Amino acid sequence: MRTALKVEKDRHLNRRSFLRVSAAAGGGLLVSLYLDLPASAEEANQAPPPKVYPPDAFVHLRPDGKIVIQVNRLEFGQGVQTALPMILADEMDADWSQVIPELAPAADVYKDPVFGIQMVGGSGSIAHSFQQYRELGAKTRAMLVAAAVDRWHVSPDQCRTEASVVYGPGGKSARYGELAKDAARKPVPEKVSLKHPSEFRLIGKQVRRLDSPAKCDGSQKFGLDLDLPKMKIAVVAHPPVFGGRVKSVDDKDARSIAGVRDVFEIPLVKGTGVAVVADKFWTAKQARDRLKIDWDLSGIEHADSSQLWARYKELARTTGNVAMARGDDKAMAQVPPAKRIVAEYEFPYLAHTPMEPLNTTIRFDGDAAEAWVPSQFQTLDQMAIAQELGLKPEQVTFHTEFAGGGFGRRAVIDSHVQREAALIAKRLRGTPVKLIWTREDDVRGGYYRPMHAHRVEIGIGADGMPSAWRHVIVGQSLVAGTPFAAMMIKNGVDNTVVEGAADTSYSIPNFHVSAHHPTVNVPVLWWRSVGSTHTAFVMETLVDELATRAKVDPIVYRRKLLKAEAKKLRNALDLMDEKSAAWRTKLPRGHALGIASHECFGTAVACAVDVSIENKRPRIHRATVALDCGIAVNPLTIESQFQAGLGFGLTQLMAKGAITLKDGRVEQRNFDGYAPPYMIDVPVNVDVHIVPSSEPPTGCGEPPVPVISPAVVNALARLTGRRYRTLPLANI
Amino acid sequence: MATYQLNVNGQSKEVSVDPSTPLLWVLREELKMTGTKYGCGISACGACTVHVAGIATRSCVVPVSMIGDRPIVTIEGVGQDPVGQVVQNAWIEKDVVQCGYCQSGQIMSAVALLKATSKPTETNIEESMGGNLCRCATYVRIREAIKSASQQLT
Repeated sequence: MRTALKVEKDRHLNRRSFLRVSAAAGGGLLVSLYLDLPASAEEANQAPPPKVYPPDAFVHLRPDGKIVIQVNRLEFGQGVQTALPMILADEMDADWSQVIPELAPAADVYKDPVFGIQMVGGSGSIAHSFQQYRELGAKTRAMLVAAAVDRWHVSPDQCRTEASVVYGPGGKSARYGELAKDAARKPVPEKVSLKHPSEFRLIGKQVRRLDSPAKCDGSQKFGLDLDLPKMKIAVVAHPPVFGGRVKSVDDKDARSIAGVRDVFEIPLVKGTGVAVVADKFWTAKQARDRLKIDWDLSGIEHADSSQLWARYKELARTTGNVAMARGDDKAMAQVPPAKRIVAEYEFPYLAHTPMEPLNTTIRFDGDAAEAWVPSQFQTLDQMAIAQELGLKPEQVTFHTEFAGGGFGRRAVIDSHVQREAALIAKRLRGTPVKLIWTREDDVRGGYYRPMHAHRVEIGIGADGMPSAWRHVIVGQSLVAGTPFAAMMIKNGVDNTVVEGAADTSYSIPNFHVSAHHPTVNVPVLWWRSVGSTHTAFVMETLVDELATRAKVDPIVYRRKLLKAEAKKLRNALDLMDEKSAAWRTKLPRGHALGIASHECFGTAVACAVDVSIENKRPRIHRATVALDCGIAVNPLTIESQFQAGLGFGLTQLMAKGAITLKDGRVEQRNFDGYAPPYMIDVPVNVDVHIVPSSEPPTGCGEPPVPVISPAVVNALARLTGRRYRTLPLANI
Repeated sequence: MATYQLNVNGQSKEVSVDPSTPLLWVLREELKMTGTKYGCGISACGACTVHVAGIATRSCVVPVSMIGDRPIVTIEGVGQDPVGQVVQNAWIEKDVVQCGYCQSGQIMSAVALLKATSKPTETNIEESMGGNLCRCATYVRIREAIKSASQQLT
């Protein structure tokens, strides 16, 4: 994802984009933006297919003054359903109380202006659509002003706008709703001037989430809550080893349950499975439990964690494909052994386990289909459904459903859940079918953050700073064999595996990072903050160890080691230093301070934690976080993202924070065996401080995650004198 | 199949289902009350928390046949209760939610706590909320909202 972020494209609306304006059905002004971007790197090389633009708009100003704003991305907690409308409404000078956000369906116009597909990932929602939504708002406002100018026979500079009203000379005023019809006849201006940041009325203000009330009274519908007339529920029995195939199935008992409608074998992305369709979920689940399936598990690798560790550690002792080489490769030889650190790290597979289990609902009508999907990858999921149903993507009406979390799990390149749902819907033509993955399916279903082994050798210079650094990372590629590979794999190195290490902000003169990408029969996937989940842990624990050896304060040491150009990180470290000073220096007995900092997705974060040990577990009493994300569009959401994102980042420190395999079978099944952080496991208090900035905004979804785990174990190291290099944190 | 008369949010509801069906799925699929969420099915995450006779209960593991005439309150009805309303408002005031999927269960657990203990200590909060998983990990703000509601209730 990080690499994709680096694809340089004009962040302003693409020149080939154009706006259309029209009178909306039922009245009002409809501003539609049509983007003409290649859908992917692959498609860019082919002749563009004829585009069929749906009648969707970004802004629908209704005669009653309500402003419906389409959000071109999934809302799954990150707050984009509030922040993007804020940006548009600010430039439009709209009355915020009249704004109604809607999650846009899949359509070309809603593709990410940088990535070129409709998606959420790479913490790009605000970073990529800030300029887009500002311009949409400013252009809509300009048309409303033009309508008022015509009505009053005045010039535009005699008009000003505020809270959905145009004010003219001589006390004239008109509400936006009244002007909507006339504005709809105005051409869309080619160019508009945007506000100076000092003129922002919404951007930079603490604005409460618009989806909050419905999420507090049970009325918010998520994908799993969808209910359609005559809808059936499907579950699938998946093979116990990835890629296993059904040899035979005895479904007599399953079919004997009242309400079971069909049982049939389906092909999966890997192997085959058995689908059970019933009137209700409980019936479907009971029926699945009664299937007697004889699986063919031959001819496929039975992955086994302990064997993988042995293999990975062996690989880590050899140089891999070079991701970064700076300075003199032989510098290490000149460092005496006593001045070297050799560190080996282990990171297990991690499941995402979003609270809302995976699901997709599809109705297939022969020459068309309708799908309801909580999707991070609308474009790819729509294409996959179309492919399975023998349709064109535009024949699949694709609704973006609210998602109960995702963290990457709903951004799957092979769309395996949607493909299963499509195959089931195909058989039940005309009937809507909701496929539900149970929690067990999710925990055991693969698509994990991969296992990684790191081996780092550091040579320490006379000044106590690292003079040589050799780093080998072993982990499966996230994108090998996918359309993303061309963009994200360079010289045999998958950037998602080495990001956060190879591109470190620390200045180390002789620096070498290489990677091995073994092939393992376990599907893997990006997990919120991707490579930084493990690379930041390695970098930040080792830098902390170096500071301790040099007897230098960990904040001072980091500042000294940072490259001159790492301005954002320096800003974050300085602000964290200032804001944590009061408590940092007065820790109670038995408590210790832990520090970590990291920049990813363009946002720099520094974190200080106060940790003690209770019941042989880390107890995190407080955390102070400072960050530099450019312009902070909604500081309230950013505060919340960082407070909670730290908690998410603690997943990998949990005693049961690992997915392990034995003889090809996943050993965990549910939240009893794979236990993410509960309230007791996260900091009691988190204070969040944002560096004031007028730089373009960068993301806040993933950057909170990497810093907390290294900060906590750095504190533990002070308490116990031990270094923690094997996760999960089983023993302190 | 068996027929049950349930008292849900003060209303009498009749359902005909297999006796083993968990209350969660009766609420969601028979009564179309989808505010109560499925998260794990083994009472390990608390997303399905409702009140049964005033007690916070994981509805995913309680068969409908065991409910009897005990009144059930769900997220859709908890706002009718003064404590429920204060808690829901505190959640909005403190901007607690992110994805929001677990928050029905969080709110039901918090209401049960505050009905039993209007001035909960940090330990009370950690114990009562301890089984409610929030994968976004909004716990810091959940804690704040409970304390804010507590202040308004006393």
